[in-house]
Amino acid sequence: MATRQQLVADEYEYGFNDGDVGVLKFQKGLTREVVEEISRIKQEPAWMLDFRLHALDIFLKKPMPNWGADLSALDFEKIVYYVRPSDRQGKTWDEVPQQIKDTFERLGIPEAERKFLAGVSAQYDSEVVYHNIHKDLEEQGIIFTDTDTAVREYPDLVREYFGTVIPSEDNKFAALNTAVWSGGSFVYLPKGVHCNIPLQAYFRINSENMGQFERTLIVADEGSFGHYVEGCTAPSYNSESLHSAVVEILVKEGARMRYTTVQNWASNVFNLVTKRAVAEKNATMEWVDGNIGSKVTMKYPSVYLVGEGARGMVLSIAVAGKGQHQDTGSKMYHYAPHTTSTILSKSISKHGGKTTYRGLVHMAKGVEGAKSNVKCDTLILDEQSNSDTIPYTEVADSRVEMEHEATVTKVSEEQLFYLMSRGLSEEDATRMVVMGFIEPFTRELPMEFAVEMNRLIKFEMEGAIG
Amino acid sequence: MAGPELAISDLQVAVDGKLVLKGLTLTVRGGEVHAVMGPNGTGKSTLAQTIMGHPRYQVTGGSITLDGRDVLAMKTDARARAGLFLAMQYPNEVSGVTTANFLRTALNARRDAKDPVRLKEFRDELDHAMDVLSIDHGFANRYLNEGFSGGEKKRNEILQMLLLKPRIAVLDEIDSGLDIDAVRIVAEGVDASRGPELGLLLITHYQRILNYVTPDRVHIVYDGRVVMSGGPELAETLESRGYEWVREELVPAVEGSPA
Repeated sequence: MATRQQLVADEYEYGFNDGDVGVLKFQKGLTREVVEEISRIKQEPAWMLDFRLHALDIFLKKPMPNWGADLSALDFEKIVYYVRPSDRQGKTWDEVPQQIKDTFERLGIPEAERKFLAGVSAQYDSEVVYHNIHKDLEEQGIIFTDTDTAVREYPDLVREYFGTVIPSEDNKFAALNTAVWSGGSFVYLPKGVHCNIPLQAYFRINSENMGQFERTLIVADEGSFGHYVEGCTAPSYNSESLHSAVVEILVKEGARMRYTTVQNWASNVFNLVTKRAVAEKNATMEWVDGNIGSKVTMKYPSVYLVGEGARGMVLSIAVAGKGQHQDTGSKMYHYAPHTTSTILSKSISKHGGKTTYRGLVHMAKGVEGAKSNVKCDTLILDEQSNSDTIPYTEVADSRVEMEHEATVTKVSEEQLFYLMSRGLSEEDATRMVVMGFIEPFTRELPMEFAVEMNRLIKFEMEGAIG
Repeated sequence: MAGPELAISDLQVAVDGKLVLKGLTLTVRGGEVHAVMGPNGTGKSTLAQTIMGHPRYQVTGGSITLDGRDVLAMKTDARARAGLFLAMQYPNEVSGVTTANFLRTALNARRDAKDPVRLKEFRDELDHAMDVLSIDHGFANRYLNEGFSGGEKKRNEILQMLLLKPRIAVLDEIDSGLDIDAVRIVAEGVDASRGPELGLLLITHYQRILNYVTPDRVHIVYDGRVVMSGGPELAETLESRGYEWVREELVPAVEGSPA
């Protein structure tokens, strides 16, 4: 049907750029000197420089992954590995350079902060340009800062955990991130402390051919609770940018951590991210992962369930439009008895886009009573679009329960007819089916993010706007 | 404003290249209830789907007008906004969309974008309509038709009709698959909506719903045409003599008549 084609035309509303605002911008390309220079600028301790250089070796040795999305258009020599946008970090928005502040205003960050956030970190290219946390949270011992500051101010904590969940050897992009990381968040939740309002980080790429490599480390100590939310956007350029983050999370005994992402990169961004958590005894780790933008995303948030009774959950949504491939999923490693994992993956492909669910459930020996439930639902909006579901399982113990379910639906003529027979236009009817399809995801978002998510999806479904 | 008038004239419809309606003529006006009866496979549902504009049904001849406007020139959603309604035999399920949200969207689709229905007003009307149909209020927050029993789906169709207030409503086998109590509740809901501003076309295989909603006219459809029309007593005759009677006594007369 003609109108269904029209309404999925891909538009991107955050594609503006601020021109060249950086105060320091490296030449393109990655060398040992680039790594050393980043470390020098940050006045890092020697152990961190060693860590970086070791990771660089691993990066150079490891081949490109050939099992996932097509990365052939990614040229590491054409990426800028460090851009410092501002001379200092603001504690108030007035301290942030005007143009950058205007951008974040346009993205709605200061407003969201005033309304419902416990703390905000705003990263622009390589550095965090704004950072603030509610005083009362600080008084409870909660640490929320950018990772560079954390290396200086909390060296023992950082050194104890940095690279322990995702070692540089893990994969080529984790190694790359470790070599050139800059920015990201460090969060520490002390024992028994509950942070009931979300902490938010916002990542904005501005420069062309930018490589953004933030590094996030979260430690939720025993019995604590926290919710960390991140959003991402970038200008639309004709050449490729790279976002390659590493997020490591430790969830200690009885703690619960939720990490929510709404990724809306421009369609020239390679988004190759490694996210992993370790959940100890009776701990709960929840990944809520929304992938709407980017050219290619490869991201499989995972949980290592190492303590008895630990729980892992991944709830994800991927939307792939023209020229996009969302290769996403999750990995759950059961290493202790009575651990449970749940994966609910929702993907939508339209206008020639491609979604792949790629997941792994691993049951080690001796994990009696472990349970896993995986459900993958795909909605395909037109004939040009497609999707794959590639679930892997590794089971070394028979005393476990595993469920897997996959559905593929198309928006059917009957469904549209039914909705249109009540007066909805074809566009509204299609949108209603799509919104209903992702409802299990949006319902898990904090109210304000759900509103934003719905708005984004509606926007994705619009024809020409802006 | 004058009451509504749906005029169907010499309608011919093909499905997948096969002619199903072969010249059907029928007019329904505001305040009237017309029952369309007939054996399975004679074109009753085709008539319903065609009135609403289902893309699978190809009109090859004849016309449908609503208050003189050409219905066939309108898309399905425009027909709905013009005042047509179809209670479907097999309502679709829409996961993740609550019945209340759907109804509000449908109501707003027929209003000025600057003047959406007020929440309080909507809730009151919805509650009232649910009471008429003995529907639990929690129903409004369930996903549209998902996991509904057959009876719940049919009641939900009538609920939508009560809220959307169409000018002409076609009810396609609204009584099928229901036990006798459910038929009574659904029929009472239908009966409650009767009035000069609504014309009803009740498509049914059985006579039983007509015990609760007395039709003004009964039409018997066979092989894509109306072969006999009459008052409510025709439904009773049909009930007592069965569709064999139609085949044996009415059809030869039609087939023998000049085309």
